[in-house]
Amino acid sequence: MTETGGAGTPPSPPADGVAGTPVAEAEGGWTAAVRGRLTSRLSVDELLPARQPAYVGSWVYVFGVVTIAALVWVVASGCVLALMGSAWWHTSSLGHFFNSIHFWSVQMFFIFMVLHLWGQYWGAGWRDGRAKTWMVGVVIFLFSIVTAFTGYLVQQNFDSQWIAVNAKDAVNSTGLGGFFNVLNFGQMYGLHVMLLPIGVTLLVVLHILQVRSRGVVRPIGDPYVPEATAGGVTAEAGR
Amino acid sequence: MNSPAPYLHWGFILISLPNLVLIAVMVALFIAALIVPFPHGAGHRGRDDDD
Repeated sequence: MTETGGAGTPPSPPADGVAGTPVAEAEGGWTAAVRGRLTSRLSVDELLPARQPAYVGSWVYVFGVVTIAALVWVVASGCVLALMGSAWWHTSSLGHFFNSIHFWSVQMFFIFMVLHLWGQYWGAGWRDGRAKTWMVGVVIFLFSIVTAFTGYLVQQNFDSQWIAVNAKDAVNSTGLGGFFNVLNFGQMYGLHVMLLPIGVTLLVVLHILQVRSRGVVRPIGDPYVPEATAGGVTAEAGR
Repeated sequence: MNSPAPYLHWGFILISLPNLVLIAVMVALFIAALIVPFPHGAGHRGRDDDD
């Protein structure tokens, strides 16, 4: 497949180009523009850090990456459960084991996500142009709550039925009951195993890229002022 | 495990004992993360830690 230089419009061949022969890709079009915009924020060479500032040497900064580790376990065990089905996870020893792995890794995910939230809240992690990073984190938190809730609804046991019946009135009171029907197992299952996990995972990837593009926020009261912020306004503030 | 959790009630605060214990553990973990020294020592540049 030959890449094109514009949206549906191939780049014009050079004047001396021969029809039917490959021509050198012109550095233009939306693909190059997107690539340039992305690499200006975070180059591939800086995607994975080899060094971190000294102030990152604290256990508080471990909470975020532990949350990601828990998410990996959640997704991996969830894939096994989706593959094998409810009859397996309710009746076999191995199914119980993977069911428990899924449940407890979700508990770890939420516990460490909240600890990460505390650390960023009291450290004012939204400073110096990081407001979008904070807001994406908030959205991840909300998405995760809905994902976990739908997980409780699709256990396929009396517990999930009890939760669904009781939650029906609560969700109806929000006005969302007409679309988000907790008694509709197919809808809840589809949301839980596909749409919501994909949403959470993509948002987490975006969140990590945001953190990597700006680096970890400096501690409050840190006397160091980088050259780019001389004059009191950060060069990145408008981005 | 199948019996309801005990609930604690002070005024308008109503919370189950397991939830209260979990919150206490999280607060303890957070305080510990602030005061327990990180391996390799703080103030040492050039480590390979993630955030």
